[in-house]
Amino acid sequence: MNLAFEGLTERLQNAIGKLRKKGKVTESDVREMMREVRLALLEADVNFTVVKDFVKQVRERAVGAEVLESLTPAQQIVKIVNDELTKTMGEAAVPLNKAPHIPTIIMMVGLQGAGKTTTAGKLANYLIKNEKARPLLIAADVYRPAAVDQLKTIGQQLNVPVFDMGTDHDPVEIVKQGMIQADLQKNDYVIIDTAGRLQIDEKLMTELADIEAEVQPNEILLTVDAMTGQAATEVAKGFNERLNITGVVLTKLDGDTRGGAALSIRAVTGKPIKFTGQGEKLDQLDVFYPDRMANRILGMGDMMSLIEKAQNDFDEKQAAAMAEKIKENSFDFNDFLDQMDQIQKMGPLDEIMKMIPGVANNPAMKNMNISPKEMDHIKAIVYSMTPAEREEPKILNASRKRRLAAGSGRPIQEVNRMIKQFDMSSKMMQQMSKGNMSGMEGLFGNGVQGKLGKMAMSSMARKQKKRKKKRLKNAKRFKS
Amino acid sequence: MGLFDKIKKAFTGGNADVPEQQEETTEKYEAGLEKSRQTFGQKINALFANFRTVDEGFFDDLEEMLIESDVGYETALRISDELREEVKLKNVKRSDEVSQVIVEKLVDLYGEAGQDEDNALHFTDNGQPTVFLFVGVNGAGKTTTIGKLAHRYRQAGKKVLLAAGDTFRAGAIEQLQEWGRRVDVPVVASQPGGDPAAVVFDAVKTAQQEHYDILLVDTAGRLQNKVNLMNELEKIKRVIKRELPNAPQEVLLVLDASTGQNALSQAKQFNETTQVSGIVLTKLDGTARGGIVLAIRNELHIPVKLVGLGEKMDDLQDFNPTQFIYGLFKGLIDIPETTDDGTNTSEFKSDSENTQD
Repeated sequence: MNLAFEGLTERLQNAIGKLRKKGKVTESDVREMMREVRLALLEADVNFTVVKDFVKQVRERAVGAEVLESLTPAQQIVKIVNDELTKTMGEAAVPLNKAPHIPTIIMMVGLQGAGKTTTAGKLANYLIKNEKARPLLIAADVYRPAAVDQLKTIGQQLNVPVFDMGTDHDPVEIVKQGMIQADLQKNDYVIIDTAGRLQIDEKLMTELADIEAEVQPNEILLTVDAMTGQAATEVAKGFNERLNITGVVLTKLDGDTRGGAALSIRAVTGKPIKFTGQGEKLDQLDVFYPDRMANRILGMGDMMSLIEKAQNDFDEKQAAAMAEKIKENSFDFNDFLDQMDQIQKMGPLDEIMKMIPGVANNPAMKNMNISPKEMDHIKAIVYSMTPAEREEPKILNASRKRRLAAGSGRPIQEVNRMIKQFDMSSKMMQQMSKGNMSGMEGLFGNGVQGKLGKMAMSSMARKQKKRKKKRLKNAKRFKS
Repeated sequence: MGLFDKIKKAFTGGNADVPEQQEETTEKYEAGLEKSRQTFGQKINALFANFRTVDEGFFDDLEEMLIESDVGYETALRISDELREEVKLKNVKRSDEVSQVIVEKLVDLYGEAGQDEDNALHFTDNGQPTVFLFVGVNGAGKTTTIGKLAHRYRQAGKKVLLAAGDTFRAGAIEQLQEWGRRVDVPVVASQPGGDPAAVVFDAVKTAQQEHYDILLVDTAGRLQNKVNLMNELEKIKRVIKRELPNAPQEVLLVLDASTGQNALSQAKQFNETTQVSGIVLTKLDGTARGGIVLAIRNELHIPVKLVGLGEKMDDLQDFNPTQFIYGLFKGLIDIPETTDDGTNTSEFKSDSENTQD
């Protein structure tokens, strides 16, 4: 979701930005802007009819007198675009359908290579984490070599049972037997992984319809690759004609796709997008919120998701295990390490940054490539320090730095760069802990603005302090 | 002679460019592209069903049709601009004439962009093993393509070795091993989670020592914007090159034909890290609109070398641009009469009605 809409975001921003510069907005300005919006959407592989409707809606609402003659026409138009984007994607998040009695049956369908098996695993993981569920996975892909092995491996990783009968049985029969086992084991969720198929493949589509008739799933999730082009709508239509599709999972949204499928699918099929997958790890599945997605597409950031992510990933145990003594307004390498750990837990840094309002469309951030490895390198350098060095960064002289370079296997330049980064962080933390946000502006290139941004930053600083307090407490107890 | 003329000849039957032995492949193309062609054909027909006069509205519709076929915005704009000129120049007014000009232009544009294109796969001639490295995003069809290709070379009597360089995805190694069993070809593999470069190194060594003809290297799917994963790919290539300076003979980017404009970004980024020598377009039999082939040609100039036209082992075909476009435009060249296509048109109309609800 981070990079997904970057191209689209940039183009929309440009289109709207032109209006912002104008004091008075005329109808022809709106028409000009909408032309560019149309192109931006088309380039992002948004379905053609959807683009047409969208443009028409926005234009109709935007040229109304109360908008154009208002004091802030550009802002009003942004709001309209935002509203319509949200509407196109379906207004509100739609939860999973539940069966009145267990088990709730979820069936994954889609083209080859869309990511059904991986998503089945992610979904199982999501249900375990959020509902303490006891899911059963059924391996009904008997066609692709080793598809059963793949699901079994995922099952092992998650500690979730996988029902399979090898590849010599009819998928309908496999599902039937799997359901019997689910009944015996009292599984509350059953997730059926099916083979990828083309929506025009009569024989295989009939097979899916048979499975549907057999078990009457509560949820049939169509898995769609976010990079799919104009074909996405045809695929969705084809599957929907044969099956009672109840929702969509959009996968590979972490690619630099422009994500047109996200905008098209709801409008074309009328089926809600329920989840998005981004990344290859099994915990990288998110509930789809149309409003937040619209915010993000427009480059307005997504504070809600960011805050939720931070709350989820904040390690309470680590905090609880710590104790007294305060060395407050100091910032040493232990804090630096801790800070990095906390951030890393939230996900890839560049992904996180994109959720901060104003950062998503910041040109300075455009070429920012923070690979997870880089973070690890920085950590390796800190790990190479003695406890004294970590607490007293000032004692780092040339010879100590050389030792750090050798110890961490990184070039000396990188050590120096890291120390510089640390100094900056340290300065920033001190300022923030005093509640002083001035001087911070330059940091994100005017990125963090507004009350919300300030709130987020000071909350970050507060948390940082709290953790430090607890860590020091713990450290003391450990010594004594 | 423009490509259009060539194809026209092929179509009318009096052509030496499509010899007898290729007949079968041509049929495969036709069958595989059935769906793509329907879409393309239906669209052009629908376009002319609404045709009244050659005006701006008409070119807007044409632009839309091209975009819907995934040719990409830039290409669509260029084509419609050039057509605008052409139509003015030739002063055509009747719908069948205009249609003819459009198809002609499309075919020629396509031919032009691919002028010096080399669609053949390359092999060594010095007795060393030939190495093909397969790269691409997740789920594009790398492993399946390797399986099919292994089958092809095995049938041709070559000594083929596979390297399971996808140590990351669950079940990927098993998948390749299963292919190895099916087509009776050995697979070099390590434990899941192992270093892919090490596996590839072992495979290259084995290929050298045991005198294999061809080594096909599978890699894990990766999104092109993941820097660290792309670096890993670079390393794999470096390892191959260190052992066999002329290898890999081909770096093949596997692309899912239903991918939209992101395909261009994929090709660009993979090309930057591994110097892609050719493209394998998979799943072209299903949802593909063929447009992306045009886009790739026009904007990237990386030749398509193989296409997947179906699920069966021998459905992986060498890409033949002439046959491809012949398959795509069959039924459109020379027969644009609207009466002929009444059924198609109404079908499309009901389609688009569905789209709007």
